[in-house]
Amino acid sequence: MATQSSRSAARIMMAPAVFLLLVWMLVPLSLTLILSFKRFLPLRGDRIGERGDGFGDFLLDYITGFPTLDWVGFQNFASFASSGAFADAVVTTLVIVGGVLAVSVIFGILLAMLLDQPMWGQGVVRILVIAPFFVMPTVSALVWKNMFMDPTNGLFSHLWRAFGADPVVWLSDVPMFSLILIISWQWLPFATLILLTAFQSLDSEQLEAAEMDGAGPFARFFFIALPHLSRAITIVILIQTIFLLAVFAEIFVTTGGAFGTRTLTYLIYQRVLESQNIGLGSAGGVYAIILANIVAIFLMRIVGKNLDR
Amino acid sequence: MGRITLQKVQKKFGDVEVIPPLDLEINDGEFVVFVGPSGCGKSTLLRLIAGLEDVSGGQINIDGEDATMVPPAKRKLAMVFQSYALYPHMTVRKNIAFPMRMAKMDPAEQNKRIENAAAALNLTDYLDRRPGQLSGGQRQRVAIGRAIVREPAAFLFDEPLSNLDAALRVGMRMEIGELHKKLDTTMIYVTHDQVEAMTMADKIVVLRAGHIEQVGSPLELYRTPRNTFVAGFIGSPKMNLIEGAAAAEHNAQTIGIRPEHLDVSTTAGKWEGTVGVAEHLGSDTFIHIHGIEGCDPMTVRAGGEVSVKHGDTVFLTPQAEHLHRFDAEGLRIA
Amino acid sequence: MARAVTTPRKALNTAIAWTIGILIFFPILWTVLTSFKTEAEAIANPPVFLFFDWTLENYGVVQERSNYMRFLWNSVIIAGGSTILGIIIAVPAAWSMAFVPSKRTKDILLWMLSTKMLPAVGVLYPIYLLCIELGVLDNRYALVVILMLINLPIIVWMLYTYFREIPGEILEAARMDGASLKDELLYVLTPMAVPGIASTLLLNFILAWNEAFWTLNLTSVDAAPLTAFIASYSSPEGLFFAKLSAASTMAIAPILILGWFSQKQLVRGLTFGAVK
Repeated sequence: MATQSSRSAARIMMAPAVFLLLVWMLVPLSLTLILSFKRFLPLRGDRIGERGDGFGDFLLDYITGFPTLDWVGFQNFASFASSGAFADAVVTTLVIVGGVLAVSVIFGILLAMLLDQPMWGQGVVRILVIAPFFVMPTVSALVWKNMFMDPTNGLFSHLWRAFGADPVVWLSDVPMFSLILIISWQWLPFATLILLTAFQSLDSEQLEAAEMDGAGPFARFFFIALPHLSRAITIVILIQTIFLLAVFAEIFVTTGGAFGTRTLTYLIYQRVLESQNIGLGSAGGVYAIILANIVAIFLMRIVGKNLDR
Repeated sequence: MGRITLQKVQKKFGDVEVIPPLDLEINDGEFVVFVGPSGCGKSTLLRLIAGLEDVSGGQINIDGEDATMVPPAKRKLAMVFQSYALYPHMTVRKNIAFPMRMAKMDPAEQNKRIENAAAALNLTDYLDRRPGQLSGGQRQRVAIGRAIVREPAAFLFDEPLSNLDAALRVGMRMEIGELHKKLDTTMIYVTHDQVEAMTMADKIVVLRAGHIEQVGSPLELYRTPRNTFVAGFIGSPKMNLIEGAAAAEHNAQTIGIRPEHLDVSTTAGKWEGTVGVAEHLGSDTFIHIHGIEGCDPMTVRAGGEVSVKHGDTVFLTPQAEHLHRFDAEGLRIA
Repeated sequence: MARAVTTPRKALNTAIAWTIGILIFFPILWTVLTSFKTEAEAIANPPVFLFFDWTLENYGVVQERSNYMRFLWNSVIIAGGSTILGIIIAVPAAWSMAFVPSKRTKDILLWMLSTKMLPAVGVLYPIYLLCIELGVLDNRYALVVILMLINLPIIVWMLYTYFREIPGEILEAARMDGASLKDELLYVLTPMAVPGIASTLLLNFILAWNEAFWTLNLTSVDAAPLTAFIASYSSPEGLFFAKLSAASTMAIAPILILGWFSQKQLVRGLTFGAVK
């Protein structure tokens, strides 16, 4: 509802953001898509046109679909999907995502409930709990890996020895557990904060009404609080899933993908940048995009509904 | 000067025609009230005049000039919004000064006008406060102050009193009325409250679904409503509209009689009914009477001291000279 | 209104909450403490908690050996530059969508969000390739642009949700008062939106500062920010706990402080206004 002139002004003002994001989305996506149908092994001499020809020639190559690279149809997709590494990576990814989600949602609810109680120094506790979220992923991975999980000098090994037990070699003996621990430590604050916000928006009169209706504490939690939280929980799950599917630095710094901790993201990274099998990696990338989009659709539904209010 | 003429003005949102083409003339110095139920298009009409919405067709003339395509700021109109729309980060003084600052007016003149407006609106002590520190009535006055200093050709008010409590509303109603007398500038005022319309207007425009149902002075509308809609909308309590045999007696589809034009008797009268609820207001008593054919309940406005109670049988007689007759289309029969 | 609770109950809550809070915070606390220890104290068994010889030596060594300042400066440029650039592009866009919504506004917003969900690894090679072809691999300005694009959807969204809370009537009042589009943005919208813009700035600075996919994969020497600097401690310097801690503390301290200010906005920013 506005006048014509403000509408056209609006369109102009929106244009840069829309244009940039459009380019940012379409160009890399189309490149990935094209390359996923190509044989492209730079280490074996495959080249995009002639190198050093400048960006204009690259653009020409891009528009013509990189004629110097062999078209291999769906071969990359087939070999990526049929390799054992792919199946393992999918399982690893699901375990990490599922594990971190379970930890952060369950403990997040408990922590949010706790923080919602009256206490002294609530603000400070909140700050303590939220802090890990602000730690850069490489730092948290490194601190956990060395200072806590190091089998000789880590704090855990000291602790284990103090009880007369043999120190655990965390990252190779129980690598998945360790990774889930590290990543959960980073994401628990996020879940807690969002759930706490949701808790605080719960109308206390509703709870009091339920109490008057004879609902005990558990009934109040399950019939009033939990349904109220369901939306926030869904959002936590969806957003975290998107971020967790893309977990990279934590693995890069700790195990480097060894000991069965190679997630889909990490596998693609290795195919693309380490073994330089671009076609195969790009096919993997397409799989990753599809996977993320499935989650994204659900998230967008919820967010979209919220826009209509 | 503030003479505003609408010719065939029309507004569509997409395919929905909110305001079918309408004509309206507003004379200089007139206090015009647009009234109607919510969703009748009265605010849209005001926003079209303000220039906040583009018309889909037709022409708006302000002081004889075609203003249809003129941007809002250039129409020499000032508007007071329902939410007051004060700038929260500016003091009262800066809020009032804003339109003058935008017009790059001489600062000395700006100050003079601010002082005058503040004095007129009892805001002098609050000039350095921010809107957040003011009461609803004070905010309202700041919004009016911001409109006054521009010395506009006409003031536009969009339901300005609906966010105030009942007592303040009565006070502000009178203040706005006073202001109009003092400034003698055209004012267009939108409200859904027919009491505001009746008490303030020189001319009332009754709107329904974008159509003008009737234009006239408050008393004209009260005395000779053009159709059943206006008859039911203007006046409080509402006019009783009676259908059926009683109406047929007067060769009409519907007859209307206002609650204050019914005589009550406990012994004899034209219509017999049973008392439902009696609302005692002190000065008046509104009695809702059931069991009268064609109009249930019928409302009567009786004296404050009338003592009837629930279940009593009463008799009503309409005052013949105040009877309104309407045809099958709901239009008044002269 | 929350009802008053008994003091013992409150004391119990406090004790439990503080215990858990400190437990969660402990890795950070321990890192900071360790950064002030000597290497021997850092790995001592039993560990020393507070009573050791506090020293600043590690900070000096880290700076000297790795030119910490260069990484810090890169982080500041990349995080700050991408955030400011993003805000400049996003403010007009968010203004349009909040105050002149059209039928497509919702679709555009959701589409923008969907670009944020594109998994980075899916476009890793294309971006890498483009950087090579444009000659901007290991270039901080390339990272400024890339991180700006990554965070642009969040910035637009956050600003949009803040702007939407500003009543449109106020902007219409300004228009009636004779403000041009520029005046309206400058004198009315921006001052009212300052808190929203500030928190958007803050949160996105943090997100960009901690971004560890592109910064690790597209930099090597010249443009490497703190994420890469820390990753280089992965081995073998990582075994020097005190120095590792000093480096880590320097990398996270500024952002922790900023982060504490932005915790309220965090929820809004990261849930795209869906949880308030």
